[in-house]
Amino acid sequence: MLEIRNLAKSFGGVKATNDVSLDFPDGSLTAVIGPNGAGKSTFFNLITGALKPDSGEVLLDGVDLAGRSPPEIVRHGIGRAFQVASIFRSLTVQETMLAAVSADQRTSAVLHKRFPLPETRDRAEHVMELLGLAGKRHRTAATLSHGDQKLLDIALALVLEPKVLLLDEPTAGMGPEERWRMIDKVRELWETQKITVVFIEHDMDIVFKIAPKIVVLCYGRILATGTPDEIRNNSAVIEAYLGTEHAGAAA
Amino acid sequence: MTELEAGGAGTLAPVRSGAAPGRYRDILIALIAFAVLASLPLFTGSKALLDFVIRCSAYGLFATSLNLLVGYTGLTSFGHGMFFGLGAYSFGLIMQKLGVPIPVAFVATLAITAVIAAVIGAICVRLKEIYFAFVTLAFQMLIHSTILSWASFTGGDQGLRGGIPRPSFLGINLANHVHLYIASCALLILGLLAMRQIAQSPFGFTLRMIRDNAARASFLGIDVWRAKLTVFVLAALFASMGGMVMALFVSGAYPEFAYWTISGEGIFINMLGGVSTFLGPMVGTVLLLLLNDTVTRFTEYHGIVLGIVILFFALGLRKGLLDFVAEWFSQRRDAGKGH
Repeated sequence: MLEIRNLAKSFGGVKATNDVSLDFPDGSLTAVIGPNGAGKSTFFNLITGALKPDSGEVLLDGVDLAGRSPPEIVRHGIGRAFQVASIFRSLTVQETMLAAVSADQRTSAVLHKRFPLPETRDRAEHVMELLGLAGKRHRTAATLSHGDQKLLDIALALVLEPKVLLLDEPTAGMGPEERWRMIDKVRELWETQKITVVFIEHDMDIVFKIAPKIVVLCYGRILATGTPDEIRNNSAVIEAYLGTEHAGAAA
Repeated sequence: MTELEAGGAGTLAPVRSGAAPGRYRDILIALIAFAVLASLPLFTGSKALLDFVIRCSAYGLFATSLNLLVGYTGLTSFGHGMFFGLGAYSFGLIMQKLGVPIPVAFVATLAITAVIAAVIGAICVRLKEIYFAFVTLAFQMLIHSTILSWASFTGGDQGLRGGIPRPSFLGINLANHVHLYIASCALLILGLLAMRQIAQSPFGFTLRMIRDNAARASFLGIDVWRAKLTVFVLAALFASMGGMVMALFVSGAYPEFAYWTISGEGIFINMLGGVSTFLGPMVGTVLLLLLNDTVTRFTEYHGIVLGIVILFFALGLRKGLLDFVAEWFSQRRDAGKGH
């Protein structure tokens, strides 16, 4: 279980994350929403070690990871995909996967054997199949479509076999159809892999349709948490975030 | 160290099935290349040609090791030449002052290089692009000035004079021109084989990941700083080997070996030959030395000619020669598939 306790981070006078406490039970699927500048990405950066929190705890199965380095946090089981696909442009899909498994098995500094090590093959293969990238294994990452690059980014996080997977806007920059394909994939991964998934999403239709639990952030604070129905009818959320959309619907 | 690595490569290979063919192929190519080079003295009595190959060995080791940093890791060092100079001076001084057997001086020089590279690397590899380039350049100047000013030890601007003693060992007499030639070729081939192994190892792919996207690499659990420091030290070792070949060849060591222009030539070579293929710097070495030798024969303005050639590669092709060839081949292959 991932427990966030009183997490806080300020940039100058701006409280980007302000006393946030949240529980993500094992195997849960949670969407994080909020207007631009609500602190969603900062929240992810604090959990994954890209930023050091000013105070608070990030407990994964009881172990406090707050303030540790990204490699350490990854090794404890928190994987992450990025808003802009963060990939290795000159490596092929297959090389990317094999090298990532090598990193996870702590053989990334091995000098005297040839790449790839035989023991990395199965896991790399498995994740390529899972994300439908096996047919594009010999493509250089830079030549992949935008959607496939996002999938490769997720594959990079997933191949480390994390307990918790954080997805920062998996559908960013995609057309409507591609969005749904991507989000179906995310849901499928969540169902088949039995991992805890937390994702940031802007498209409300998607969020309300697939997320059993929603967290709304606003100005670094938690505005509301709950099921889609609870969030949809929460007056604070409507005022801060859903307002215009609802007004439009009413009219 | 390189002999050990290359030897280990041969004995370990049969155990691994999947990745072994690449290694066998590399060893085969290395053996053929060595056989061709080693048999050259049988066909030609040209001392100039053999000298050319020895110089190619020294510069080739140096330039290829620089490519481990520039091409594979994305660390553009402007001071890599310091390890070339360090190798030449350490080796020369050890031989002159201690009179130990050559293999001992060879290993001792590698050890000294490793320690110094680890200290300099620990300071430099944290820095980003341009800062890394300039601080490595600063260290190069520091070493160069030390050599100049510590005249009682290094001979100052006169260099290590009086020749480097080259006592025979294991029946190899490096004072003999052909022996020196064969030994240089052997060091080149073994050095290239070891660097090829580094480039194609899991560590080599870690370097590529760091080059492409260091932040992402760290999110995969890779200690980027440690990997960069490791490759910095490894590259320094091979540059030092190049310096030792040079010291043996000229039977001395001179401050120019440690001057920043050596680093500059290393960068030129990489631009000429290309950084996207393993052998690019080797091709670049041959090109640069050929150009140097032929152009100086025809004109005293060889700097202008070299500058134009480099401009042609940098602005015209926008890549090195072997990059260009590799790209052309892959395009042809793709076109072939289309039909």
